[in-house]
Amino acid sequence: MKEIETIERSQLKEDVIPFQPGDTVKVTIVIKEATGSGEKKSVRTRTQAFQGLVIRRQGSGARETFTVRKVSFGVGVERTFPVHSPVIRNIEMVQEGDVRRAKLYYIRDKVGKAARVKKKKLTS
Amino acid sequence: MDKAIIGEKLGMTQLFKEDAVIPVTVIKAGPCVVTQVKDRERDGYEAVQLGYGEVKPERANQPLKGHCEKAGAKPARFLAEVPLDPASYKRGQKIKVDIFEEGDRADVTGVSKGKGFAGVVKRWGFRGGPASHGARFHRAPGAIGQCATPSRVFKGKKLPGRMGTDRVTVQNLLVVGVDAEKGLLMVKGAVPGARGAMVLVRESVKGKKRSGKR
Repeated sequence: MKEIETIERSQLKEDVIPFQPGDTVKVTIVIKEATGSGEKKSVRTRTQAFQGLVIRRQGSGARETFTVRKVSFGVGVERTFPVHSPVIRNIEMVQEGDVRRAKLYYIRDKVGKAARVKKKKLTS
Repeated sequence: MDKAIIGEKLGMTQLFKEDAVIPVTVIKAGPCVVTQVKDRERDGYEAVQLGYGEVKPERANQPLKGHCEKAGAKPARFLAEVPLDPASYKRGQKIKVDIFEEGDRADVTGVSKGKGFAGVVKRWGFRGGPASHGARFHRAPGAIGQCATPSRVFKGKKLPGRMGTDRVTVQNLLVVGVDAEKGLLMVKGAVPGARGAMVLVRESVKGKKRSGKR
């Protein structure tokens, strides 16, 4: 068991910022694209950003994942990422939210103003 | 085939490799000792016997102790005979994980987990009947043959019985990582057996390493 824990720990990223459900984050992911065909075939990489509300954070260690929800052209889009995936180049905090539960599934049924999350007030 | 090593299944985990998550089984493989080399002249066939692990000296019986002592080793927890070329092995020789390297293909043999007396749905994948709506046929095997002809049940008919605890070989597993220092071997995918059980890792009979492909 000890050996497996060591392997799993070696998979973790160290520079993951602390974020919670309710926060709005911007996730930058690296996408590999195969362009051309035959001899001209080559792999190009580009980055893509996915910004939205974190509605879930689940699992632990190398298996931990989080789900980001955004509404794009009136359609709700949710993407789940492994927290420690090498595909994620960067996670950027846009706004911290003030929520009272760990899983924000209720947001899915809300539209417009009701679908917002309160901004976290700084307490000192 | 010219590579083989005995190991212990430690368990499964996952690794990030490039942009994919791959499931791996971690095997603590080796160091193994060649405890006996069997040749055609003396034994009638060719094989190499490998030993892995240790048992406490007070728990080992005299024959095992004596047998391992001949190879200059402590009484081994597992012994296994592998059809390798006896010319290239010597009694007492040590075998370590570094015979495998990343990108190799391996066949892994183990004893599958015992499932006990299993019904026909679990053991043979029969579909079974509906659970409700007044159904009276659930997980039973149904008819097992005809009537007056042949007036017997054919041999090999799939019926309930003991399942598991079979010797199972999974072929062509990709070696994802080798940690020579700790003696760890990581192969992609699942491997038969419970954690802590013996597994035999051999060079794959099918998948020779192809250059350029992973």
